[in-house]
Amino acid sequence: MGSQAAAAIDDQGSHDQAAPERVVVRFAGDSGDGVQVLGAEFAKSAALSGHDLITFPDFPAEIRAPVGTTFGVSAFQIQFGGPKVLTPGDAVDVLISFNPAALKTNLADLRDGGLVILDEGAFTKRNLAKAGYEVSPLEDDTLATYQVLKIDIARRCGEAVADTGASKKVADRAKNFWALGLTFWMFGRKRAETQKWITEKFARIPEVAAANLAALNAGHAFGETMEIGRDVVGQPLEASFAPGTYRSITGIDAMAKGLAAAACCAGIKVAYCSYPITPASGLLHALAALRSKGIVTFQAEDEIAAATAAIGASYGGALGVTGSSGPGIALKSEALSLAVSTELPLVVVNVQRAGPSTGMPTKAEQADLSMALYGRHGEAPIAVLAPATPAECFQTMLDAAAIAIRYMTPVMVLADGYIANAAEPWRIPDVADLPDIAPDFRVDPENFQPFTRDEKTLARPWVRPGTPELQHRIGGIEKADGSGHISYDPDNHQTMTDLRTEKIARIAEMLPPIKVERGVERGRVAIVGWGSTYGALNAAVKELLDEGLEVAHIHLRHISPLAPGLEDLLRGFDHVLVAEMNSGQLCRLLRSEFLIPAEGVNQMTGKPFKVATVKAAIRAAINKTEGGAS
Amino acid sequence: MNQVLTAKDFTTDQEVRWCPGCGDYAILKSVRATLAKIGRPPHEVVFVSGIGCAARFPYYVDSYGFHTIHGRAPAVATGVKLANPNLDVWVVGGDGDFLSIGGNHLLHALRRNMDLNLLLLNNAIYGLTKGQYSPTSSVGTRSPSTPGGSVDRPVNAALMALGAGARFVARSADTLLDHLPEVLTRAQAHKGASLVEIFQNCIVYNDAVWAGMATKAESFEKTVRVAHGEPLVFGKERDKGLVFDSRNGRMELTEAGGDAEKLASIHDETNWALACALSTMEGGDLPTALGVLYCDPVNDYGSDQEARNHFTTLSRDELSALLHDGGTWEVE
Repeated sequence: MGSQAAAAIDDQGSHDQAAPERVVVRFAGDSGDGVQVLGAEFAKSAALSGHDLITFPDFPAEIRAPVGTTFGVSAFQIQFGGPKVLTPGDAVDVLISFNPAALKTNLADLRDGGLVILDEGAFTKRNLAKAGYEVSPLEDDTLATYQVLKIDIARRCGEAVADTGASKKVADRAKNFWALGLTFWMFGRKRAETQKWITEKFARIPEVAAANLAALNAGHAFGETMEIGRDVVGQPLEASFAPGTYRSITGIDAMAKGLAAAACCAGIKVAYCSYPITPASGLLHALAALRSKGIVTFQAEDEIAAATAAIGASYGGALGVTGSSGPGIALKSEALSLAVSTELPLVVVNVQRAGPSTGMPTKAEQADLSMALYGRHGEAPIAVLAPATPAECFQTMLDAAAIAIRYMTPVMVLADGYIANAAEPWRIPDVADLPDIAPDFRVDPENFQPFTRDEKTLARPWVRPGTPELQHRIGGIEKADGSGHISYDPDNHQTMTDLRTEKIARIAEMLPPIKVERGVERGRVAIVGWGSTYGALNAAVKELLDEGLEVAHIHLRHISPLAPGLEDLLRGFDHVLVAEMNSGQLCRLLRSEFLIPAEGVNQMTGKPFKVATVKAAIRAAINKTEGGAS
Repeated sequence: MNQVLTAKDFTTDQEVRWCPGCGDYAILKSVRATLAKIGRPPHEVVFVSGIGCAARFPYYVDSYGFHTIHGRAPAVATGVKLANPNLDVWVVGGDGDFLSIGGNHLLHALRRNMDLNLLLLNNAIYGLTKGQYSPTSSVGTRSPSTPGGSVDRPVNAALMALGAGARFVARSADTLLDHLPEVLTRAQAHKGASLVEIFQNCIVYNDAVWAGMATKAESFEKTVRVAHGEPLVFGKERDKGLVFDSRNGRMELTEAGGDAEKLASIHDETNWALACALSTMEGGDLPTALGVLYCDPVNDYGSDQEARNHFTTLSRDELSALLHDGGTWEVE
């Protein structure tokens, strides 16, 4: 179709006019262009319009990379519609690109026939050169297979904002809101909520508020006047949500609220001790914003101090929580063994990122599973949980706190950079339905010994310093079962090692048996996953089930211990595939645990799985047996 | 209430397992006596330690105790205070624990002014790992890891603490039973981080490293016991004095034969520059300063934090409001 004049899209017969179930939109620009704000506001409006959605913010590590460069491109993708949205989407339907670099780095993900909206004014010689274009993509056949809408956004935004008396700088920075206004028109959105948000957010700088409002309205008016875009992709379906009150929530925000719920339901102080690291810092910020309501936050001097202060807090009678990403979790390793040895409750959040070493801090990966399970000196088993979606992070944190308190053990929660930053609608639970997880602090001095155990959970008593007549001493040296005195007795060490292992195993008794997430109970292929791959695996299985294939999606929220019933379930399938954003860490665990020939579907690109990739892997497994049988 | 406590109330049934003759025995005795005199009930007192000979301390004090991992005691103790600011928390470590593997935690506990009583048992050697040189060992220390003599210069713990922003820095020595309890009492009374460097003899690996301080008689000549508002004089006859030269920030001896009591500078424990000068006296006939070198209280971390972010529990109603903050929508 090639490049065309603004607002003159010739879309006759070029695409399906029927309403799509879902639409994928991606905004891309310089990291200073306000793309993330634009995306977040667009997502909010999609939710308020009754769509299901998942977002995928994808930003560079550089705070302000040189303007116009490909490594400074920040992007925000959203898939919205209905009846259910599981992933941010494989292929983009609408790409809004603020400069040549953003076009260059994002065009490959635009589907054939998809719409690209360009800020034409940004395609200067200088910007083209920075992006590495020798010939302008507007002048050759780069865009031949797409629909193209060229708008001089900066100029039009500048004209609209001029009336507010804003400076050129303020006007330039308002162009994200101009683009938001245009997309609002395209998808029939109301502007009221965003207008309100702008007014509140920029209340202290009224000239910026005025400029942003003018830009938003001008973008909307431009779309309306020129009648562009609306018919190009169509209006997606509304979601089929269960009744209730909903909000949009990111994984980080859900974790913060889950910890607040833990403080409330346990009735004790939660002490969140952390050292800033991408992509986990957001949790520290979100909890600090609570201003000591139920949770005290402590920015420690380093990762080790963060972990040990959390342990000290738990010793002191609060629930100690520490959070980091892979490199920081590695530094906490020695402290985690101390928490195992002293049998204190502790929650550790690992917002995983691509490694090893500094790796790719803003990109997601699931390569810390083995570290979570085994990455400590000595035999030091802990519980390991993994939320599957952003909203699920709320319940995961509450579960982690409950396990830590009930079993007097460290619990690791494995999130990742994708799940932390992605957002989806969440049905807000009724707080009256949340469980009571209050600890049973020991206060009775009668026959007290620090390492006697609860018969059912094997947990030792939790005593708060300050409790009269219960002074005792604990430490990292091996302790005698019961009395807790230092012990080098060989049989005692065997006993204590066994007890620590058995205690973690017994957590499985409180877990519901594992169930198939979607698909058949027995059949050809089960695809097993954990963590943030949930959406891609579930969508892939849905599509293959629709084709009549006997497949199933199984998703693990508990990896240590595994939920009961997993082995039997897996043995009901000809093939067990384990899809992970690592080189096979869960796969190896399942193979060694159950002696089953599980096979890995592995990806280490820093990006979430595409549905198509998962489908292809499942098909390949089915074809392999069919080929073998013929 | 207010029952009189004795050292015995702070003594556990655990057999003390330091080497015979170790300076730690005397320190333990002073600590127990001090705790009894202060009179906080044992269940409100917490001892936290890291790893090393000094770190065995919690086992021998009948209070709440946590023997943690190498270097991390100040951080663990910080966590204890975050959980319960009302506890009286003592941290005991050696020169390896506090100044080497855990140097960072000491630095930050001091600058944050966490309300901790930090006892640095400095014997200038690694005892528990069998005699390697430590960050406070003198240049030329021969040890299993430095058979030709160490080459790195030692750290000055008191000066480091003053540089880190500590508001209470004091010194004493293990066997000074007429001095150490008094310093410990002052440290505990100070709200905020209090660092007490205690020169301690390791009879096995570094015997007599602090020669001249341990006995009262010798200590008259080799040390100066500073006291707020008193002239900086020393010597058995109190015939030697120290003058603070504000031009170069150093201490100098008063003129020989003069009236030391009159010529000497008056100790002002709120004078940071004087504290720095006192902590760095070296060479010649200059003594080692003992006592409270610096005490200039400011709000501690807990008080300031509480003032800015008053901690309250989170009710179910408040939680519900939190879950509903930002935009929500209803689905029928």
